[in-house]
Amino acid sequence: MSMASARTKVLIVVVALAAVALIVPHTGSFVILLATRALAFSILVMSLDLLLGFTGLASLGQAAYLGVGAYLTAILAARYHIGLGYDFWLVVVLGMLGAALLAALFGLLAVRASGVYFLMITLALGQCVWGLAYRWNSLTGGDNGINIEHRPQFGVNLADPVTFFYVVFGFFIVALAILYTLVRSPFGRSLAGIRERELRMKILGYNTWLHKYLAFIIAGAFGGLSGVLWAHTAGIVSPENVVLTTSVDALLMAVLGGPGTLIGGAIGAGVVLFIREYLSTLVHWWQYVLGGVYVLVILYLPDGLMSIPQRIRQWRTARTKSPDTPKMAAAA
Amino acid sequence: VDARFWLIQAFNGISYGALLFLVGSGLSLIFGVMRIVNLSHGSYFLLGGYVALSVIWSTGSWLLSIPVAAITVAIIGLLMERIFLRPLGGEPLRQVLLTVGFAFLFQQAALDIWSGNPFDINPPAVLTQSIVVGGLHLPLYRIFMIAVAVFIGLALWLIMEKTRLGATVRATVDDAQMARGVGIDTSRIAMLIFSLGAFLAALGGVIGGAFLGVYPGLDFEMLPIAFAVVIIGGMGSLGGAAIGALLVGLADNFGKALFPEISYFTLYAPMALILAVKPTGLFGRE
Repeated sequence: MSMASARTKVLIVVVALAAVALIVPHTGSFVILLATRALAFSILVMSLDLLLGFTGLASLGQAAYLGVGAYLTAILAARYHIGLGYDFWLVVVLGMLGAALLAALFGLLAVRASGVYFLMITLALGQCVWGLAYRWNSLTGGDNGINIEHRPQFGVNLADPVTFFYVVFGFFIVALAILYTLVRSPFGRSLAGIRERELRMKILGYNTWLHKYLAFIIAGAFGGLSGVLWAHTAGIVSPENVVLTTSVDALLMAVLGGPGTLIGGAIGAGVVLFIREYLSTLVHWWQYVLGGVYVLVILYLPDGLMSIPQRIRQWRTARTKSPDTPKMAAAA
Repeated sequence: VDARFWLIQAFNGISYGALLFLVGSGLSLIFGVMRIVNLSHGSYFLLGGYVALSVIWSTGSWLLSIPVAAITVAIIGLLMERIFLRPLGGEPLRQVLLTVGFAFLFQQAALDIWSGNPFDINPPAVLTQSIVVGGLHLPLYRIFMIAVAVFIGLALWLIMEKTRLGATVRATVDDAQMARGVGIDTSRIAMLIFSLGAFLAALGGVIGGAFLGVYPGLDFEMLPIAFAVVIIGGMGSLGGAAIGALLVGLADNFGKALFPEISYFTLYAPMALILAVKPTGLFGRE
């Protein structure tokens, strides 16, 4: 990819995001809520993409970090009334730190593994967190979860859907910018090198374990951020947020949008939530649309929806040259 | 009273382990042969229960529902392997993602066909009684579950160890490339094992339906437990799956009885630790 085309892509993303920021507040309350949820969850999907698309590690336990951020937010708010004023920012920091700490612990076990084994370890670790959330009634409220009475108020009132949308949008932009800078840094390039051929990177003298471990912790921290925002978006935190299907959702959204693109995760989250929340009000067979889209994308678009423009270009040039099939970015 | 508590819990744990063996053995064999983790395995379990319910509703026969459900789901598994997984051969990650996609599709289809209501599979009255052994009331149904698992386990063991087909499967588990080299059709083996795994999971779904129930979400509840069985026992090993199933069954029962607040943690934390230390599981082959 040439620099010019990379710059064009960034420009397209900026314009698209600006359009989202301008148009969404003028739509109905339902679309605003939907967009807010998609943006909050997108941060989790992008954090997963750092592992899946840029490091080649498919995690099936990413909901655990969303859970840490969300439960921390809910417990602090419901029990101690912390995080409902200016101290919301403190909770953001604590949520990210808490999730990063958990990732630092889990990473010690998980990062040694790769491929399918990594997937299974992260699944097991995610289930540990789910088990605690589900059963540790005195801390987590068990199956009922914890309600957050109202959203924070600090100069601005986050109870207002549009204000809250802008705040979540702001966090999304910051997360996207940080992750984008990260994957284009020398550190990010080394991660891509590990994804492509770990042994070669080892021979070149890179500490591949440390690179993967740091990526795992950073992904955890952003998962925690996503959790803090998700807790306030939903107003309730329950084991549903850390159950295996939430991790599966995040993984499928990343794959759907296009692994290794970051912004693809947001597109995946948007498409899935749109089908699940909006199409479901129109037709009863929406479930098959969602499942069908997943299966078709995995089969025929291994680089996700983001690769459609590239596919079209390839199809056009196919008349003159024989087409070369793109390799999946996340091939283990 | 104390000894009775331990005996009853141990019995419950073993009978639950029997059910887990049905689910775990298939998952383990699929991993051994195809090197993929089948994330639709929980769905096969759930679909087994639902198909059995449909058979019971239309014919009234519980006995008939068992083979019909198992064979139907085995055919679904066979088609899935042939049409969707096979073309992605050699790309394990995409295959695994595809099984997640299908798990999702099955979940939604089940919701659409059988509604979101929870159901129970009622076994014949004979099996709902209990027998008294040494002052302990043992439900006959749980004894039946153990009997089924032992029967299936023995049958699988005989096929794997004593027949030519079993030998080719073992060869594929040990070294698929070499197996192809000596003329074993590993693609056919993969097809057989995948549908056998679906068969066993569905069988578990029908039998487990009497005491777990059949309800939306059971698929993704069963999946991680089946994983725990396979990981603790070792992937691709039948004996390992049996030991793993027993351990998980017992750990689950005693965990829930003794430390209810952290019971799932006591199940999954050892699983993560075992995976980290020995990725192929306790009894898995390298």
